[in-house]
Amino acid sequence: MTVAPAIRVDSTAVTQEIAYRGRWRRMPTKAKVGAVVLGLFVLAAIIGPQVTPYDPSYGNPSPGASLNAPSAAHLLGTTQSGQDVLSQLLVGIRLTLELAIIVGVVATALAVIVGVAAAFLGGFWDEVLSLITNVFLVIPPLPLLIVLLGYPSLRGQAPTILVLAGLGWPWGARVIRAQTLAIRNRDFVAASRETGEKSWRIIAFEIIPNEVSLIAASFVNTVLYAIGASVALAFIGLADLNSWSLGTILYWAESQQALQLGAWWWFVPPGLAVALIGTALVLVNTGIDELGNPRLRDASSASRIAGHWLPPADPTPVLAQVRLGGRVARFLHSFSRSSLLDDVTGGGR
Amino acid sequence: MYFIIRRLIFYVITAWVALTINFFIPRLMPGNAVQAILAKFPDLQPSAYHALEAMLGVGHPGSIWHQYATYVVDVSHFNFGTSVAEYPAQVSTLLGETLPWTITLVGTATVIAFVIGTGLGIVAGWRHGGSLDRVLPGLMFLQAIPYFFFALILLELFALKLHVFPVGQGYGQGLIPGWHWDFISSAIYHSLLPALTIVLTSIAGWMLQMRNVMITTTGEDYVVAAQAKGLHDRRVIFTYAARNAILPQLQGFGLAIGFVVSGALIMEIVFSYPGIGLLLLNAVTSEDYPLMQAIFLVITFAVLIANLIVDLIIVFVDPRARTREAR
Repeated sequence: MTVAPAIRVDSTAVTQEIAYRGRWRRMPTKAKVGAVVLGLFVLAAIIGPQVTPYDPSYGNPSPGASLNAPSAAHLLGTTQSGQDVLSQLLVGIRLTLELAIIVGVVATALAVIVGVAAAFLGGFWDEVLSLITNVFLVIPPLPLLIVLLGYPSLRGQAPTILVLAGLGWPWGARVIRAQTLAIRNRDFVAASRETGEKSWRIIAFEIIPNEVSLIAASFVNTVLYAIGASVALAFIGLADLNSWSLGTILYWAESQQALQLGAWWWFVPPGLAVALIGTALVLVNTGIDELGNPRLRDASSASRIAGHWLPPADPTPVLAQVRLGGRVARFLHSFSRSSLLDDVTGGGR
Repeated sequence: MYFIIRRLIFYVITAWVALTINFFIPRLMPGNAVQAILAKFPDLQPSAYHALEAMLGVGHPGSIWHQYATYVVDVSHFNFGTSVAEYPAQVSTLLGETLPWTITLVGTATVIAFVIGTGLGIVAGWRHGGSLDRVLPGLMFLQAIPYFFFALILLELFALKLHVFPVGQGYGQGLIPGWHWDFISSAIYHSLLPALTIVLTSIAGWMLQMRNVMITTTGEDYVVAAQAKGLHDRRVIFTYAARNAILPQLQGFGLAIGFVVSGALIMEIVFSYPGIGLLLLNAVTSEDYPLMQAIFLVITFAVLIANLIVDLIIVFVDPRARTREAR
């Protein structure tokens, strides 16, 4: 039988090889693409404002500088008042990403606190917290945001962050509560409770570490929501219109008739930037999903184990079979999950 | 109908929370509608302040409980006060004029997107790794585009460059709204591009969600068993796999509808579509707080009703929701 030789294999070589390949190599391709694109935008946000070719707010008064198509002097053209679109974009990416990431951190922290508290306290408090979570999950956030930001005193960057974070936590809280409920009944949590661990220690060292991928996904989703909401709000003028964010660029382009004037270079780059950041975040999230649920992976994203490519749906092979060589490995692929029980040393079926 | 009663209680609580938030926001904020008007028309006499207050119903007479009771009674009679921007129009009149446009457009487009997206998701989930999986990144890109930006692009391409569709508005100029074919055909023609925007940008979300649930369901033992029995693929897909995968999809639909409606409102602005979204923009630019707040309430209630409809469908589809034990 084939299972026997597996025991004799020198397994240290294989584990070392896997460890050496690192986490990056094992990430799904989609997540890698997403991470790279996201990295580029984060880089632009960090160094962008330092390398802007012009002052984004400086309007060149000469009529020749108005609404220039992209050229060597203005890589993304100019606005109606002769402002450089590229400079606005570089500054705008910083402001939009900054807002989205802070909202993501604050809202995810709230989600973890509410979700874990609801699941851990149980009973009455669980009912109350779950009810609040579900109520704010159903109330559409954008109209409420508009009502709140309709008051000019709330329109700066900091108030907007607070309001967005205050309405962005329910989704994460709901998912985290469900996961915490599942984990708190596991044996290792019961064991640490029996040994007299304090509740906060169990939460911080037993439960939260087991929810890292869920928390990460919830963070990515919140950032996505914050970008979408803040850009939409700025687009209808509910933002500090003297600052440059991706949303305010779009606001000025729309209110100064960029579309009707045919100035595509004015409104396409900021919109495209929003779409690309969004796509990158969705890709990263899919990657996180796929790490947690291997069935979702592409059939093509086979992982390489001990030098052989295996589709994700296949069960982890017994090491001996993998080491038998390419022909047998290919043979293994062609079978369903039950193939490992068959006699493969024959190989020639 | 234990499940439905549970949900109804929940929606009543949610509606009450929305109502209460709406009541307290203007009372916690500095400034009010009358001050906004006074700021815009500095020539007004100070004595006009009280007159305006009385007229617009923004004065705060009596105790907070008395105000609250009056407010709830007003809202239950669809009395949302007077619009500041389009004074002396009643807010409820403005809502009544615009709501049908939005509900027809957003409702139809969302249902179409949901049906197509779910259908594609079923196929993509069943043929996991097939050709539909290869267009997924493209669809994710479409999904990540803000509605209003996609609307701008479609407008640029199809209305300004190719002249296939009108540049905006809800119907052709000079037509009188009414139940006659000239108007209806014009309204449909004008709504095609906005509808296309909603369908194209939201389809990927439904498809992705359905695909993922479908893949998980396809791995379940009962699906494998159905295949092993030699049942036809179509029967396995629809009566075994998709039948069960549709339940989380429907629940997701209820939760996502708020986001779809929010996005669609901003999109309406780009198309100058005569719906709630354009009204909302006017309310924002003229700082018309009574109108903004009424719109928030109306949209919230619309989303709650949509959720209730989804719940009724879930009861119809899911036998577990019909039993007492269902949560």
